[in-house]
Amino acid sequence: MADQAHNAQPSSVDGQTRRDFLLYATSTVGAVGTGLALWPFVQSMNPAADTLALSTTDVDISAIKPGQSVTVVWRGKPVFVRHRLPEEITAAEQAVMADLREAQKDSDRVKKPEWLILVGVCTHLGCVPLGQKPADPRGDFGGWFCPCHGSHYDTSGRIRKGPAPANLPVPPYQFTSDTTVRIG
Amino acid sequence: MSDFKSNNKVVNWVEERLPIFSMMQHSAIDYPTPRNLNYWWNFGSLAAVMLIIMILTGLFLAMNYSSHTSLAFDSVERIMRDVNYGWLLRYLHANGASMFFILVYIHIFRGLYYGSYKSPREILWFVGIAIYLAMMATGFLGYVLPWGQMSFWGATVITNLFSAFPVVGEFIVTLLWGGFSVDNPTLNRFFALHFLVPFVILGLVVVHVWALHTVKSNNPLGIEMKGPQDSIPFHPFYTIKDLFGVALFMMVYLAFVFWAPNFFGEPDNYIPANPMVTPPHIVPEWYYLPFYAILRAFTFDLPFLPAKLQGVLAMFSAILILFALPWLDTSKVRSAKFRPLYRQFFWLFLVNALVLGYVGGKPAEGILVKIGQFCTAYYFAHFLILLPLLGKIEKPKALPASIASPVVKAAALGVMILVGLAGFSGSASANAGGGPELKKPATAFSWEGVFGHYDKAALKRGWQVYHDVCSACHSMRLVSYRNLADIGFTADEIKTIAAEKEVPAEPNDEGVVLNRPARASDRFVSPFPNEKAAQAANGGALPPDLSLMNKARVSGPYYVYSLMLGYEDAAPEGHPIPEGKFFNHYFPGNAISMPQVVNDDIVSYTDGTKATKEQIASDIVTFLNWAAEPELDARKGMGVKVMVFLAVLTALLFALKRQIWKDIH
Ligand code: FES
Repeated sequence: MADQAHNAQPSSVDGQTRRDFLLYATSTVGAVGTGLALWPFVQSMNPAADTLALSTTDVDISAIKPGQSVTVVWRGKPVFVRHRLPEEITAAEQAVMADLREAQKDSDRVKKPEWLILVGVCTHLGCVPLGQKPADPRGDFGGWFCPCHGSHYDTSGRIRKGPAPANLPVPPYQFTSDTTVRIG
Repeated sequence: MSDFKSNNKVVNWVEERLPIFSMMQHSAIDYPTPRNLNYWWNFGSLAAVMLIIMILTGLFLAMNYSSHTSLAFDSVERIMRDVNYGWLLRYLHANGASMFFILVYIHIFRGLYYGSYKSPREILWFVGIAIYLAMMATGFLGYVLPWGQMSFWGATVITNLFSAFPVVGEFIVTLLWGGFSVDNPTLNRFFALHFLVPFVILGLVVVHVWALHTVKSNNPLGIEMKGPQDSIPFHPFYTIKDLFGVALFMMVYLAFVFWAPNFFGEPDNYIPANPMVTPPHIVPEWYYLPFYAILRAFTFDLPFLPAKLQGVLAMFSAILILFALPWLDTSKVRSAKFRPLYRQFFWLFLVNALVLGYVGGKPAEGILVKIGQFCTAYYFAHFLILLPLLGKIEKPKALPASIASPVVKAAALGVMILVGLAGFSGSASANAGGGPELKKPATAFSWEGVFGHYDKAALKRGWQVYHDVCSACHSMRLVSYRNLADIGFTADEIKTIAAEKEVPAEPNDEGVVLNRPARASDRFVSPFPNEKAAQAANGGALPPDLSLMNKARVSGPYYVYSLMLGYEDAAPEGHPIPEGKFFNHYFPGNAISMPQVVNDDIVSYTDGTKATKEQIASDIVTFLNWAAEPELDARKGMGVKVMVFLAVLTALLFALKRQIWKDIH
């Protein structure tokens, strides 16, 4: 940089100040402009409007018997809908808060106690936990068991054991009638 | 290189292991450059900047593009409509291709004028031609990707060029296609190659600069630098001058991107590729037009040399002859400044090339065929007869002893851009001709002009017409119900509108597919389940999809407006119209299958506007334009901001440049 000033020796001290001012002003404006120009490129990698608008999923729950679970797709992810048995509800409600990694009451995780609806993606590194089919292992707490690295979820989908940091998330949903749920 | 030293330990540590700092110092800072380069010498660095913009925008477009024939067209439209700033990336890329060629053509003609191809710069020149060839290939491959009508037919025509070669021709063409016609395998490989070749260009550019730095820049006087008094270091003098040029160029480039993004494009390419129907007038991208004219100039078969093969050979030779240029030009003097005769023939050659471009863009008919043939002959004569002779008979002016002439002022740049655009826009607009003059509404469409934007009330009225009338026959498959939020509908209104239509649901547990009401996220439901049904219900004529109508016709908005109002109750004398067709002044061929629908009071507007037929036509055109260019408001709004910013930046760069250069002039 030193030789650059040397190469174009300004004719006066005044010229030097003027030139410095111009140099800083131009560099700043240029840098800001380049930064702003990169924004659209980065943004283009975020979800597009059609992806964001992806439709809600309607689930007919009339055929799901107590004790049964179904998996539906919502935004490309599996959503677990479990029709819980009374003993599963009791177990979930009676869990001691101090035992939980992420303390949450069961009543805060359901709208109707017999219907538990969860995003079926392990909060550790994204595998789909087992426990939807009758023959699946359900872990030590009777909910779900993630085979990838051994996370155990209880009958409220809360993490109880293993490496996962958080409970299985509850997606937004509402009961549109007695027999249908709209997820999303 | 050895003179590099730094006080920074880290820099020295790196330098000893990889002499990158001394290389920078040597080739980007101290590099001795003639002090008299004029603004024509800006175009090399401008082209390099353009290449980087093309690679960047291309990379991000590729992340959203699908190279399958059934998806390609729609994936491009998804980029335009749904991907964040996708319209900006695509328009930057599409217009960038044209800009790249404009810059490179100016760069080439600069070389021709100032004799930059002569010894010792022959290899520099060769690499430049190789870059140009690679650019032509890339441009062609890229133009195929959107998979519109011009993409498909351009690919068909250009690949068929190779079929002209005897014996191996058919084999080569089949190999290029990967099938028996241009189809999915072709599109896939074209995408792969379109991604690759720009990096080849990048490599060639490195070699080009390497060769340049070995032989040093030519200059307007065309005499070598004789000592330190003739040169100045590249930095800061030419870095600032190049940056000033870049800012100025960006204003021109972005003016197209924001306000005339389809100026260089063909409306036909907004119609999805159809292997069964060739558009009536197909042309390649403007930058190939001179060569396209040469291709078509050969119409007589010779023994062993059919016209087709002559044309193809001539077209390739027209470019390859540039390799022989350093020897065809026998004059020892480089710059046309000192070559009174060559200077005139240079301009003749330029005009000849522009005429060839113009002819290449027009249908091969009448006098144009002759003109094309004459210009083709002149093109080759320039290289093979004129240049060798000129060197012998011309008496050059006395060359100055050393480089001392003043630098040409900025005005040259402005003049150059105007000349270039005038030439090229001539050929671009040349395609518009034909048909009667189009009607214009009494008041201009709201979205026209630099600050124009959609009139929401007109959009809603237009939607009402589309919904109540047009949508009975015409689909609009690229627009979703959720998009109606743009024109002022609330989420609940959109839900209700969508629910009027049904779409197939996911198969239920028994595997039966039932219908469900459409949702906001669904595309507009088409009136017919498929094209055949649409044809059957409309007397064999397919009502075209309206999503892109305004962009898919020359002067789209005015064409549609005129068409709506261009019906005649009875066909005029001498224009018999077949049974079941109607006479329309503006429809190509006049016989249209769609009856006149736009009439006074066919709808009653909810906002109380009087539904005259002109009002209805204007509203529907406004709505169709929104359907085709939903990004228009955002585009023009961003354009104004960007231009203000660039004006400030350019002014600053200009002032800084004056400061830096004031002791040189
Ligand atoms: S992903 Fe489930 S335990 Fe690691």
